[in-house]
Amino acid sequence: MTVTAAQARVRSATNPRRYFGAAWRHPVGRAVLKAVLTVWAATTITFFLIRLMPGSPVDIKIDELINTSNGALTYEEARVIASSLFAINLDAPLHEQYLSFIGNVARGDLGFSFLSSSTSVTSIILGVLPWTLFAVGSGLLLSFVVGVGLGLVAAYRRNSAFDHVVSSIASVATSVPNFLTALLIVLIFGVQLGILPIAAMRGSYTPGIQVGFNLTFILDVLFHASLPIGVFFLTNLGHWILSMRSATLAALDEDYVTAARARGLTDGRITTAYVGRNAVLPLVTQFAIAAGYVVGGAVIIEQIFVYQGVGLRLFNAVNQRDYPVMQGIVLITTAAVVTANLLADLLYTRLDPRIGRAGGSGG
Amino acid sequence: MIASALEFLRLLSKRPVGLAGFIGVLAFGFMAYIAPMFVPLQDTPNIREIYQTPTFAHPLGTDFQGRDILNQIVYGGRDILTVGFLAAAFSTTLAVTFGALAATVGGRLDTVILGITDVALTIPQLILLIVVAAILRPSGFLILAVILALLQWPSLLRQVRAQVLSLKERDYVEAARSLDLGLPHIIFREMLPNMRSYIAIHFILAMTQAIYAQAGIIFLGLVPLSGQNWGIMLYFANSQGAIFFKDSFWYIISPILAIALFQLSLVSLASALEDIFNPRLRSA
Repeated sequence: MTVTAAQARVRSATNPRRYFGAAWRHPVGRAVLKAVLTVWAATTITFFLIRLMPGSPVDIKIDELINTSNGALTYEEARVIASSLFAINLDAPLHEQYLSFIGNVARGDLGFSFLSSSTSVTSIILGVLPWTLFAVGSGLLLSFVVGVGLGLVAAYRRNSAFDHVVSSIASVATSVPNFLTALLIVLIFGVQLGILPIAAMRGSYTPGIQVGFNLTFILDVLFHASLPIGVFFLTNLGHWILSMRSATLAALDEDYVTAARARGLTDGRITTAYVGRNAVLPLVTQFAIAAGYVVGGAVIIEQIFVYQGVGLRLFNAVNQRDYPVMQGIVLITTAAVVTANLLADLLYTRLDPRIGRAGGSGG
Repeated sequence: MIASALEFLRLLSKRPVGLAGFIGVLAFGFMAYIAPMFVPLQDTPNIREIYQTPTFAHPLGTDFQGRDILNQIVYGGRDILTVGFLAAAFSTTLAVTFGALAATVGGRLDTVILGITDVALTIPQLILLIVVAAILRPSGFLILAVILALLQWPSLLRQVRAQVLSLKERDYVEAARSLDLGLPHIIFREMLPNMRSYIAIHFILAMTQAIYAQAGIIFLGLVPLSGQNWGIMLYFANSQGAIFFKDSFWYIISPILAIALFQLSLVSLASALEDIFNPRLRSA
C-alpha cells in the first residue's frame, strides 16, 4: 500500500503535466487551481508594481534612510537595510528576487513593517482583522437577513404601496455611494441634530478601557462598532432587497408554485417551502462571495469613523509608504475573496441538486 | 435615426423615473460643460464671508475661505464627468472587443481570455485601485481614466461574451456565416448593432462605478489634488474638520448631493433603458 503511494508520488514528480491535466479536468480540482492562480497573479502584480515603478519604493526608502541618519549611513549601508526591510536581495536579478519573495509568501512569511522592523506584517494584519470581521461581517449579515425578508414580502405584494416604497428606497440606497451615506449620517444625525455622539464613537473602543471579556468592554465595542455596522447595513440592504424581489418574482411564475396552489397548500407553506427556498438559492452564493470581501474591510468607511480595521490599516500603510503591509493586505484580501468564491461554487452544487445531476449526466 | 430618437423619447416619457434620470443627466452635463462658459470663476478667498449660510448672493453659502459654493459645484463637475465617461468608454471598448472575440472564435483563445478575466475578476478592485493610485499618483485625467478602466473591464467582458454566445445561434448570424461574410463583418455588422442597447446600459453602469471609485480615491487624498472637483471639495471638508462644524453644513452637503444625484440620474436612466429595450419587460 505504501509502496504504491510512493510510486505514485514518484510518477507525479516525473510527469507533473499529466497530473495538472487530470486536476484541471476535475471540476473541483479546476476551481482550486484557478483559485491558486488568482492569488499568485495578485501577488505578482503587486510585486512588480512595487519593483518596476519609476522612483521605486525601495529607492525612496534608501533616500529616506540616508536623510534621516543625517549622513551617518552610506548609500551601500542604507541599501542593505532597505533590502532587509523588503525581505528581498536588491543585488540579485529581478527574477531571483521575485522567486525568493514568492517562496517567502508560500511559507507564510509576509515580511516586516517599514515603520517598526520588528513587527511582522502577519501580526499587524491579525491585530486589525477581528475588528473588520466583526463590524463589516455583522453589517453584511444583518443586511442579508433583513433584505431577503423585505424582498420576499415586496415580491408577494407586487405593485402594492409596500412594494413601491421598499423598492424605491432600495434603488436609491444602492445608487448612492456608501461613503456618501456615511458622511450624510455624520452630518445630519451627528452634527446638525446632535443625536449621535460622533466624536466619542470614533475608534474601535474607548482608549484606556480595560480590554477583556466583561460587559463594559463588550458594550463599549458595540457602541463604537454601531456606526460602521449601521452604514454597511444600510448600503448593502438595497442590493439584497432588489435581488430577492426579482428572484422571488421569477420563482412565483414557476409551474411547481401553480401546482402547489392547485393542491390547496397554504400561502405560508408555499412562501417558505416552495418560493422562498428556490429564490434564496442564488443569493446564498452571492452572500458567500460578498463574505470574502469582508476581509478587505471598507477603506473609506473605516477611515471616516476611524475604525481600526483592515481598511484603515491599508490606508495608513499607503500614506506611510509601508509597502510590505500594503503587499500583505492585498494578498490576504485576494486570498479571502478567492476562497469565498471557491466555497460559493461548491456550496451551490451542494445546495442545488439539479446542478450536480446535470453535471453527472453530462460527464 | 430621428424617428427612432422620437420613439425612444415617447417610450421614456411613460416612465417618470427614467425621464427624471434622463433630464438629470442632461442637466448635469449642461452644468459641467456649458455653464462654466457663462459663469465667471470665483476662487478668490474672502475671509469676511467664511461659512455663510445660503443667501441671494451665495445660493449654497460659502466655504472655509469664503468662496462661493455654487460656483465650485458648477466648476467641479467637468473633471469628474470626463474621467467617468472616459473610463467607461475604455473599459466598454476593451470588454466588447475581447468578449466578442472570445465568444466568436472560441476554442483555445476563449479559454485564455476567459481565464485572464476570471483571475482579474476575483482580485479585490477597490483595494488594488488604492494601491495602484498610491504608487502611480495619476495626475492627469486620462491616466486616471485608464487605471479605473483597467480595473472594471472583467465583469463587463463576461457579460458581453455570454450575450454574444447567445446571439451566435441566431438565424441572421448563421446566414451571414453561410454567406462567408468574414468575422469582422459578423461581429461589427451583425452582432454589435443588436447589442447596442445592451452596451449602452452597461456603459452607463460602468460610468457610475468609475465615478464612485474616482470620488473615493480623491476623497482619501490618494490622487494629487489639482483643479476643482466635487471629490476635492469633500476631501477638504473632511481634512479641514469642516464636517464637525455646524455652520459648514452647506459646504459638505453640496458635493455629496451633486455626486449622489448624478449617480441616481445615471442609474434611473439605465434601468429605464433596460425596461424599454427588453421587450419581454415592456408593458406599454
